[in-house]
Amino acid sequence: MSTFYFIAFLSIFFSVLVISAKNPVHSVLYLILTFFTFTIHYILLNAQFLAVVNFIVYMGAIMVLFLFVMMLLNLNKETEPGKHYLAKLAGAIAGGCLLAVLVGSLKAYKQSAPVILHDPNLGLVKNLGKVLFGQFLLPFEISSVLLLSAMVGAVLLAKKEPRPTA
Amino acid sequence: MGNNITQTIQTIPLNHYILLSAIIFSIGVVGVLIRRNAIVVFMSVELMLNAVNLLLTAFSVYKGDASGQVFVFFVMALAAAEVAVGLAIIVMIYRNTHSTDINVLSRLKW
Repeated sequence: MSTFYFIAFLSIFFSVLVISAKNPVHSVLYLILTFFTFTIHYILLNAQFLAVVNFIVYMGAIMVLFLFVMMLLNLNKETEPGKHYLAKLAGAIAGGCLLAVLVGSLKAYKQSAPVILHDPNLGLVKNLGKVLFGQFLLPFEISSVLLLSAMVGAVLLAKKEPRPTA
Repeated sequence: MGNNITQTIQTIPLNHYILLSAIIFSIGVVGVLIRRNAIVVFMSVELMLNAVNLLLTAFSVYKGDASGQVFVFFVMALAAAEVAVGLAIIVMIYRNTHSTDINVLSRLKW
């Protein structure tokens, strides 16, 4: 039980560091730590497949992509000029208002039943695969088209445009 | 093993999961609002997506329905596509303007 609260504290702590770190490379490293705490949350919920996918896809692939772009653009220094103080304050207040609204609506919803895992096999690959390839077969196939189009789009965008000869 | 984990999570109220996700989602929103570096803004969006993923998983376990975890899988596929295209756009912007400051892009509003 206390494991959850400790990991939840770490999640919040590292995500605050993500948005407050001056150096973008530090931000990426803190984000990797945040995703690691999310992986632990998934393990605590016995969602083993999601834990592995989160570990490999998010921490492995996506974060490496971020770091790669950052190194490619040579952004590993504090080039950010910093927003105006008032703009930062307004952003923080807006986010705080959103949090207040969410917590307020959570208070209105008084019921707080504990999360109980009825079926220990719920998050295993075998069970999820049956659902994914049965009930959700069409969305699965469409998501493959989405990934293909994203790949084509990324290549098209990153390709060097020929200089207009004018 | 399965029983152990069941014992571990049995005592955590669902509200605490909702609260944790709400806090992390709000941190992501604040990050989008106060940062000017386009890549950090992207990372804040990732933070928001992950908060939602955690909540979907918690509700999936709470209801004993595997559909929620399948949705998380789809959200992850979507996030991968979004990051690939978004980072390509950022690279292209950097090539044209030599910065990733989002204020440079305010000329788009004309």
